[in-house]
Amino acid sequence: MADISQSQAQSYDAALDATLGGDVGDYLALLKPRVMFLVVFTGLAGMVAAPEAIHPVLAIAALLCIAVGSGAAGALNMWYDADIDARMTRTASRPIPRGRVEHSEAVAFGIVLSIGAVMCLGLMVNWLSAALLAGTIGFYVGIYTMWLKRSTPQNIVIGGAAGAMPPVIGWAAATDSVTLAPIVLFLIIFIWTPPHFWALALYRSGDYARVGVPMMPVVAGEAATRRQILIYSLILAPLGCVPAFIGLGGVFYLAASAVLGALFVVFAVRCWREREGDTSYRASKQLFAYSVLYLFLLFAVLLVEHAFGIGGGPLPPLWTV
Amino acid sequence: MDDVDSDEFKRRRRRRSVAIAWALAALVVLFFIVTLVRLGGNVADRTF
Repeated sequence: MADISQSQAQSYDAALDATLGGDVGDYLALLKPRVMFLVVFTGLAGMVAAPEAIHPVLAIAALLCIAVGSGAAGALNMWYDADIDARMTRTASRPIPRGRVEHSEAVAFGIVLSIGAVMCLGLMVNWLSAALLAGTIGFYVGIYTMWLKRSTPQNIVIGGAAGAMPPVIGWAAATDSVTLAPIVLFLIIFIWTPPHFWALALYRSGDYARVGVPMMPVVAGEAATRRQILIYSLILAPLGCVPAFIGLGGVFYLAASAVLGALFVVFAVRCWREREGDTSYRASKQLFAYSVLYLFLLFAVLLVEHAFGIGGGPLPPLWTV
Repeated sequence: MDDVDSDEFKRRRRRRSVAIAWALAALVVLFFIVTLVRLGGNVADRTF
């Protein structure tokens, strides 16, 4: 009885909130600011690592467009996924499930910002980077959110391509071209994504199972997921070092990527071995937290090396790309 | 009293309007500076 009253009170609050309209903070939350930060950061790394310098004003404009494009994709994702977000612990407090922002407002907000970000990037910087940004938003919303997420356990493997694009867009903004070098940065994030999200899914599998999202632990089981995490981590560790051999990273980067990659494998092995009780829960949570730190530090080292010339700059390339 | 007449509704609407105004003003400044940067050298070096 008390539950029903509480539920009715929550519904009333949500309805009242919807009538009042969202506050500015609710619209900012629709942009997924934490994801946006990592997107801008990796985009900046791609831009700085590029062989041609971009004017600082144009660089800021490009990063602003990339940030807004990422936020717009996040808003459209929250609009489409509002039904499942409402039933998942991690996402129940998002603005749409809480009733702070209407579905129609969120979709309009996302579309306007998407078009604005792409047009501004094209007009202010170049149309190659704008086309890549448009493709990334379209892929994330149309392919990942609307199709893959609810239909296959490979959802985040393929969908990870969207999250891996910012360094390529940053590179294209600086050079008006795409070579194999930014594709290596793309591949690092692409291979990093599955262990990152599967580590999260391991300790949130109940949430995903309840709403019918076929994440790997729900469909293939935890043992298979832990094995897959380990395989991807073993590929990621050496892949993270590749920029040092193609003229993108220096000695400092090589050392940092080797240590960070080895630690990634250590966390993945622990996640693979600890399969029971609290220790398994803790191992997957630690892997998830470390994966965020790994990507941040890897790109931070690349950024610092290029921006400040630390470590003597990039090593001579073994392969020219 | 309707919700749309409430102080909270007006406060939120005002904050949204102010945020949009700031965003538009920032865009105007950004377009102006980007135009200067993109035109800069070309205008200075133009031939008559």
